[in-house]
Amino acid sequence: MGTADDEEHDWEQLNQTNWRGLGVTDPIKNVEDKWLLLPAFLKVKGLVKQHIDSFNYFVDVDIKNIVKANNKVTSDVDPRFWLKYTDIHVGFPDRTDLDAIDKSITPHECRLRDITYSAPILVTIQYTRGKNVVKRPNVNIGRLPIMLRSSKCILTGKSEAQLARMTECPLDPGGYFVVKGTEKVILVQEQLSKNRIIVETDPVKGVVQSSCTSSTHGGLKSKTYVATKKGKIYLRHNSIHEDVPIVIALKALGIQSDKEILLLTAGNTEAYKLAFSANLEDAARLGVFTRHQALEWIGTRVKVNRKVVGPRRPAWEEALEALATIVLAHVPVNGLDFRPKAIFVATMTRRVLMCMDDEKMVDDRDYVGNKRLELAGQLLALLFEDLFKTFNTNLKSAIDKVLKKPSRTNEFDAFNTMQFQGDHITSGFVRAISTGNWSLKRFKMERAGVTHVLSRLSFISALGMMTRISSQFEKTRKVSGPRALQPSQWGMLCPSDTPEGEACGLVKNLALMTHITTDVEEEPIIRIAYMLGVEDISLASGTEIYGPHTFVVNVNGTIIGLTRYPTRFVTNFRRLRRAGRFSEFVGVYVNHHHRTVHIASDGGRICRPMIIVEDGRPRVNSGHISLLKQGHLSFDDFLRQGLVEYLDVNEENDSYIALYESDIVATTTHLEIEPFTILGAVAGLIPYPHHNQSPRNTYQCAMGKQAIGAIGYNQFNRIDTLLYLSVYPQQPMVKTKTIELIGYDRLPAGQNATVAVMSYSGYDIEDALILNKASLDRGYGRCQVLRKNATLIRKYPNGTFDRLADAPLDDNGQIQKKYDIIQLDGLAGVGERVDPGDVYVNKQTPTNANDNTFTGQAAAVPYKNAPLSYKSPVAGYIDKLMVSDTENDQTLIKVLIRQTRRPELGDKFSSRHGQKGVCGLIVNQEDMPFNDQGINPDTIMNPHGFPSRMTVGKMIELLSGKAGVLSGKLQYGTAFGGSKVEDMSRILIEHGFSYAGKDMLTSGITGELLEAYVYFGPIYYQKLKHMVMDKMHARARGPRATLTRQPTEGRSREGGLRLGEMERDCLIGYGATQLLLERLMISSDKFEVNACQECGLMGYNGWCPYCKSSKQMAKLTIPYAAKLLFQELMAMNVVPRLILDDA
Amino acid sequence: MAAATFDTRKHVGVYAEHVSNVSSTDYPGHYPHEDHSWDPDQFRQKCNVQVNRLSNRSIDFDLVGVDASIANAFRRILIAEVPTIAIEQVYVWNNTSVIVDEVLAHRLGLVPLNVDPSFLEFKESPSIQATDRNTLVFKLEVTCTRNRNTPKDVTDPKMLYNNSEVLSSDLRWVPQGEQEEIFAANIPTPSNPNIVLAKLRPGQEVNMELHAVKGVGKDHAKFCAVATASYRLLPLVVLNPEKPIPPSSAHKFQKCFSPGVIRVDPVTKEVSVDEKNLRNESMSREVYRHVEFEDCCQLARVRDHFIFNVESEGFYPPERLLPESIKVMRSKIATIKKAAEGLLASKDSNADVEMAEG
Repeated sequence: MGTADDEEHDWEQLNQTNWRGLGVTDPIKNVEDKWLLLPAFLKVKGLVKQHIDSFNYFVDVDIKNIVKANNKVTSDVDPRFWLKYTDIHVGFPDRTDLDAIDKSITPHECRLRDITYSAPILVTIQYTRGKNVVKRPNVNIGRLPIMLRSSKCILTGKSEAQLARMTECPLDPGGYFVVKGTEKVILVQEQLSKNRIIVETDPVKGVVQSSCTSSTHGGLKSKTYVATKKGKIYLRHNSIHEDVPIVIALKALGIQSDKEILLLTAGNTEAYKLAFSANLEDAARLGVFTRHQALEWIGTRVKVNRKVVGPRRPAWEEALEALATIVLAHVPVNGLDFRPKAIFVATMTRRVLMCMDDEKMVDDRDYVGNKRLELAGQLLALLFEDLFKTFNTNLKSAIDKVLKKPSRTNEFDAFNTMQFQGDHITSGFVRAISTGNWSLKRFKMERAGVTHVLSRLSFISALGMMTRISSQFEKTRKVSGPRALQPSQWGMLCPSDTPEGEACGLVKNLALMTHITTDVEEEPIIRIAYMLGVEDISLASGTEIYGPHTFVVNVNGTIIGLTRYPTRFVTNFRRLRRAGRFSEFVGVYVNHHHRTVHIASDGGRICRPMIIVEDGRPRVNSGHISLLKQGHLSFDDFLRQGLVEYLDVNEENDSYIALYESDIVATTTHLEIEPFTILGAVAGLIPYPHHNQSPRNTYQCAMGKQAIGAIGYNQFNRIDTLLYLSVYPQQPMVKTKTIELIGYDRLPAGQNATVAVMSYSGYDIEDALILNKASLDRGYGRCQVLRKNATLIRKYPNGTFDRLADAPLDDNGQIQKKYDIIQLDGLAGVGERVDPGDVYVNKQTPTNANDNTFTGQAAAVPYKNAPLSYKSPVAGYIDKLMVSDTENDQTLIKVLIRQTRRPELGDKFSSRHGQKGVCGLIVNQEDMPFNDQGINPDTIMNPHGFPSRMTVGKMIELLSGKAGVLSGKLQYGTAFGGSKVEDMSRILIEHGFSYAGKDMLTSGITGELLEAYVYFGPIYYQKLKHMVMDKMHARARGPRATLTRQPTEGRSREGGLRLGEMERDCLIGYGATQLLLERLMISSDKFEVNACQECGLMGYNGWCPYCKSSKQMAKLTIPYAAKLLFQELMAMNVVPRLILDDA
Repeated sequence: MAAATFDTRKHVGVYAEHVSNVSSTDYPGHYPHEDHSWDPDQFRQKCNVQVNRLSNRSIDFDLVGVDASIANAFRRILIAEVPTIAIEQVYVWNNTSVIVDEVLAHRLGLVPLNVDPSFLEFKESPSIQATDRNTLVFKLEVTCTRNRNTPKDVTDPKMLYNNSEVLSSDLRWVPQGEQEEIFAANIPTPSNPNIVLAKLRPGQEVNMELHAVKGVGKDHAKFCAVATASYRLLPLVVLNPEKPIPPSSAHKFQKCFSPGVIRVDPVTKEVSVDEKNLRNESMSREVYRHVEFEDCCQLARVRDHFIFNVESEGFYPPERLLPESIKVMRSKIATIKKAAEGLLASKDSNADVEMAEG
């Protein structure tokens, strides 16, 4: 009876038409165009938001904290003197030229003039002058290079027209610095998270250890381990000589009773108790029972490095200080309350115990949630703190020096001393950013290669560089773990974009929607946690902490309390965050394995936005999207209204995220905004990447950065060392949404080539391409190479200076051929052709420039020629010539020389699917096959490129491209979406083509039909920067190295081609002795020496200076290198003797 | 219908995945044990050229009754060897536009010129002196200025500025020597006046002298006399009387071909091929995709029926292009003939014979 009732009830449920307004049979309503949130996000945040946000945080917040922590300068001489920094701010970039009237400056001027785009750092100081306290605002203490498009940059918030006036490209993402005219990027650095416990095992040694790197806001870093050794647990720290048995450590931290120690570490779990008991015995055996004994034990083993010689402190005091300040420095010790630190050590111990019991409890170092990314702002903050501290010590010693003088004529004003402090801060910043060496002794930091020159090869290469993350692991180590693709990278780091070879997997790239957090103050967060019912940890005992229903609450790795209702707590906490009561970047999640709740507000976490799902329905609906489309809502409004939220990796793993709306079930918490955001900006260029074999996408990510195209709207105003530009770039026929979002359609790097996939002529093996000569005649693949040549017109300390001269006349009164483009000002005319060897800047330098004793008239000194002459074997044209001043008033001349190149045999091309190839043959148009419409292909690609590469995406690109051409529309190849093959085939059929994209071709040579149908249509092809003209090299005779007289090496030195060791082995094996002799000596560095048969030493002119005779002299030919070796040996008191014999 | 049978001699078979019988025999039109010796009368009867469509810029004509090699020879000559005039040397006096000299020169070279090449001689190499017999001189002098009397809110650069674009019509011919009389009837100009060569803004100017010479398409595509010259073979659809199309799918069958190729009787739904529109068939092989039409029809193309499409963009009116190509072909034949005769004459001397360039 009851069962029947139940059944009936079930049926009723199913038949109910209205469940939240939806019937069971109603189709699931999709939020149309929810991807529009992505452009909205990029509009607010930009493509390189992580760099800019980090820098903004530094100049707006962090710099103030640093000054607050170091705000007082006192004097050892005069105890009444003090100087206080009350405020600091960074101004806007301005011109440093003293005589300038208009102080405004643009980044582009800095690039052109080789100066630094920097802004003054201004402080407000208060100090004593005599008996008065003086306040001075806006005191300049140095200059800070400003990140482009940051809050301090003049480009921020400017319209396209305003940017155009400043010759700046609106599509340029910013996020880099201009230092001494070069664009420098501070790459994102990946590190293990700080202040968190990580448990690892070494299965070989059987060691389990939990470690924690403490980092406090003073830059002090130390690592504390709790590790097993022979079954027992020890605490290990650099500042303590010996491993401290864990029980002694805990006793020293104020947990005296063994019972309490056992409760805090092992809790009530029998297995843990058993494993731990040995440690208790260990402490007893060492005779440590009380806290004092424990401190004494540790105190005798603490490394003391004290500079101040004072009375020696007792050992237990040393131990107390070490435990309070050095060991686990991030856990606060207020007064002498060691309880929180003791619990932290106990937790570390418990984690070791847990892991000893169950190996699965180890942490994964490579898990993205355990990583923190260090950005420009953090690195600059460290640098600034170091420089500021040095500045203050210098200031202090300067003040002391003045105050030491017993009688002064006028009252001492510290402001004047400050003005004479030099440019320590300015030069410190400039040096660090331009060399990339962050060597901060104060923070034990020694890093090289932090900054890189922004690659401007193409727009994509610049963009790709801004999203790059470099790992701190050394590249030589052959471990696969850190290099492997982590499941937790989903949506955060691009799965495709990583280099091949040694840095594979260590250098990563951010995905499209990722954001990196900056620090959020944690005190208010802790207060909120307490308000939401968290009980203070200091009040809890071991029984409570490890009770069956309690969860420990952590804030940034520090244990703050307990809660019995973790789910409720987390829900309430999230509700507050969604309501905007605190920063949206504070993450919270429950770890059920460790029975903890973690709240994270530290900087450097990777996070991304997601749509919130409540009760099985996404909170974003079509209404919101239409408001967004109309521009009434921005991304920030979505955040503020609690429709979307940021999730970091840890919180993401605590959520149930639906990829599509149809996947939403009752337990779903979030909805992805758009699946293709899993890819980064560079991988986003690939059409249909989800149809490709995955390494192909990775190859394309590397090659997309080498493609020649447009690099910026200001490309014709730039004077870069090397600039590759495409003459006729086209936007791809098959676009992706990413392409539109990043602006690749406006700054493209490639052309839509009509491709026939067939074999032709045999010159297309090994991926070689056949090109149509008529296409090249009409401008396909044409590119420009612009090279900068710069020189300084110097003024020397002795009063002499360089000068420019007009073209000299030869004996006949004619201008020499190589000077024919020099005009009266000594510079080549713009637009002139520069032939190899031509002089384009006729500079002359004084012969006595370095002679400091010279006092004569500067005009009367003799000059020698120091012209700039053109080295390339192919003629170029003068594109631009700039004469300007650098920061230190030297005249700077930059000459841009241009070559226009059409594709030739051996130039490298690539499609967007990692399919590169060189041009193998250029065929006349009449020899090319043609289809019924009379269309010739621009390129013929060999079909053997497909089976092993499995780039199905390329085939679909061709199909979509062809359909697009026929219907006059651009098609989409967006990842996990894009135009469907079915639809494309339908368009082809409608236009009278075969559904498969295969055309019937006629051979251009025989005029007969080809027996096979040929896959024929447009594919976007990129021309890569590797061109034959830059590589081609051969030599018959040429220069030799001075020391060894052997031919030079390398193309740039017109070097020879080396007959290497392996080639030598072949000739030896073959027995070609005479050939060997010719290659290795006669054609290289043969040298005739006179050797004495008597003493075996070398002489000269048939005379042996050792034997003082010419009787036994013989002439022989040896390599000059051998002669050099003998002489060098003789210089080291080793006598090599030649023993000659008739062969 | 007589044509509606497939014959490997006459037809090229078109199948779902391949094309059959693409080539004719080693001696086209000859078959073993049959007498097909060349007969001018028979050839005259068989060979036929018929113009189907002629417009200012393009021509469609049928060439019937020749081998593919002959038809292809005309196509190749049209593309590569019919001489035309194009700009070859550009002397830049001043160019302050955003387009750099080489690119602008390249663009200028590609401008088709309306000049009869027969009035000029080839300038065999750049070192040969330019004369009025081999070189035409053009001037391009354009300066952009602000247009003072435009209303305030105008943003169109064409109204804001004078000469905001350098067009092909800005090319000015400068007659040299006797050229004024020779070209009096037909002043050399670009054949399309609206080609944008560069864009200018106030203060920018272009001032250059251009030398145009005679050349052929195989040297550079700018000398190509045609925009396209290509042909296709006449399509053929052979219905199988054994397996008629069921009336229910007649319209579906019709849709598998280009519009107008297949007729469907409105009453009986009987399917037939419209011989008149058959040439419009695009050969998409769509019929072969549908299982129900298997063996219902056979696609083919007629081996010796070439439907030419030639587009002209330069001097030659489209109808003059084929005769021009024949002229080139005849001169080539003349050269070969002379050389062959020379070879015969000096059979014993065993010496090489100079082949004069035609």
